Amino acid sequence: MADLTKEEFWRWREYHRVMPKKWSKADIITAGVDVGSVGSKAAIMVNGEAYAWGITRTGSNSPESAKKALDYALQDTGLTVGDLKYIVGTGYGRVNVPMANKAITEIACHAKGANYIWGPRVRTVLDVGGQDIKAIKIDETGRVVSFLMNDKCAAGTGRGMEVFADLLQIPIEDIGDISLKVEKEPDPVSCTCVAFAKTEAMGLLRKGWSKEKVLAAYTRAMAVRMANLINRVGYEPELVVTGGQSKNIGIVSRIEVILGVKTLPMPRWREDGLDPMVAGALGAALLGKALYEKAQKA
Amino acid sequence: MITVGMDLGTQRVKAVVLKDGQVVGRSQAFAGFDPTKATEQAVAEALTQANLKLSDVQHFAATGSAMDMAPYEHSTVSMMSADAKAGVSLIPTARTIIDVGAEEARAVRCDERGVMADFVVNERCAAGAGAFIEAMARALEVKLEDMGPLSLKAERASPINASCVIFGESDVVSLIHRQESKPEICRAVFDAMADRVSSMIHRLGVNPDVVLVGGVAKDVGFVASLNRKLGLTVKIPEYPDYVGALGAALIAAGRVKGGA
Repeated sequence: MADLTKEEFWRWREYHRVMPKKWSKADIITAGVDVGSVGSKAAIMVNGEAYAWGITRTGSNSPESAKKALDYALQDTGLTVGDLKYIVGTGYGRVNVPMANKAITEIACHAKGANYIWGPRVRTVLDVGGQDIKAIKIDETGRVVSFLMNDKCAAGTGRGMEVFADLLQIPIEDIGDISLKVEKEPDPVSCTCVAFAKTEAMGLLRKGWSKEKVLAAYTRAMAVRMANLINRVGYEPELVVTGGQSKNIGIVSRIEVILGVKTLPMPRWREDGLDPMVAGALGAALLGKALYEKAQKA
Repeated sequence: MITVGMDLGTQRVKAVVLKDGQVVGRSQAFAGFDPTKATEQAVAEALTQANLKLSDVQHFAATGSAMDMAPYEHSTVSMMSADAKAGVSLIPTARTIIDVGAEEARAVRCDERGVMADFVVNERCAAGAGAFIEAMARALEVKLEDMGPLSLKAERASPINASCVIFGESDVVSLIHRQESKPEICRAVFDAMADRVSSMIHRLGVNPDVVLVGGVAKDVGFVASLNRKLGLTVKIPEYPDYVGALGAALIAAGRVKGGA
């Protein structure tokens, strides 16, 4: 039998990807490095089009995590850091990206990145990262109009979900699907504190609830919090979700139900490629291109 | 007249035996998986101290977040009323009682008779309660009882995300990697808790005297941070963790007198 105690259910997959595209030294090649609290993402853009990216876990040292993510993104591209015309650092650890020409807040970068991925129809971006939840209103050019942020509580964030995965011994990438495997949606739990979840979840499991039902009740409560944040910033169609939790179908589908709206699907020509988790890094690379061009003109 | 107050907290259960207004026995036990049984044990021990039997008790009153699991035939008392009643009986000048337990924190405003006038409670987030100190002690690999004395050695506090236990844990791990001093991290933990608790008090209005009760009142680190934050010296009764149970026993005595 497998040793369950040794398995790390929270551990999500690190990966990198290169798009089938050619580049030359004459191109404007820029990079965005998004050092989040849980994941570090780097994206390379050629003339403002996504080319390659890498996603890795953030370590205890931000500059090292930034370098690791960027090296990962550059892997198999033939490019070196020296080929990058402009690098923008963003995210929780943005001031600790040593190779960056400039640091920009992740709010601006996610706005720009969402606009790049889904196009000018996007007006509301929900970014659920490792350690905070942001509802961002943007205009048709991907500029931030206003935003609200919850960075005080782990409930619903990627970090909170990692704790849950370990607690219920369910691989983190399956959590969303499993939370939807209930016949009837249970009432959301009243207390979402992740620190109390252990006792709460144990109590519910002892009462005879299935793991699926416990997960559904928690996911529901977290989706309610996110929907409230969106309503407070003022929901405007269309809505998209970025950040690591965009992959949690349990969260995303419940937000859709609560708000009575549909989130924008990935555009068909991009659905096999782009990952909403790198939206911030893509936005950073795009803002980097604009800054580079401005500097060239001056 | 003999009454017993039982306080069923999330982590420990406490029992106080009151005879004609005097505490004659007190005991506590870990709540564990069976708080009912734990309370029976605590009551039995407190009665033994007082040389009394179960049949001598005229009225049992239960309080605490698990009060619905209390043993024996009993009445119930809200945690806020128990805090107010016992707080003023122990320290007559008390007008604000702060009760910080393992998973909850409360601030209660009361009058000179120990009657609750208003209250604020935090029961949804671990960051303002004893659980926060415990989690940080685990992350720091420091014994819980050493956190307070250690924090007093620090001149400043390390920067940590103290709004959430989960984030705090991650931050403490990175600080340890960076070899920041443990006393400074400990102080940050207490400063953060004091911040949250003092904001609860400010919502009620700071009415001296401010009395601190509950298990966390025994932590010198938290007390120092709270005093600094409030700019006053909070008063602490001798057995701060038994205040809830005492309040229940006192109110039970009133119910016997009143014929209720």
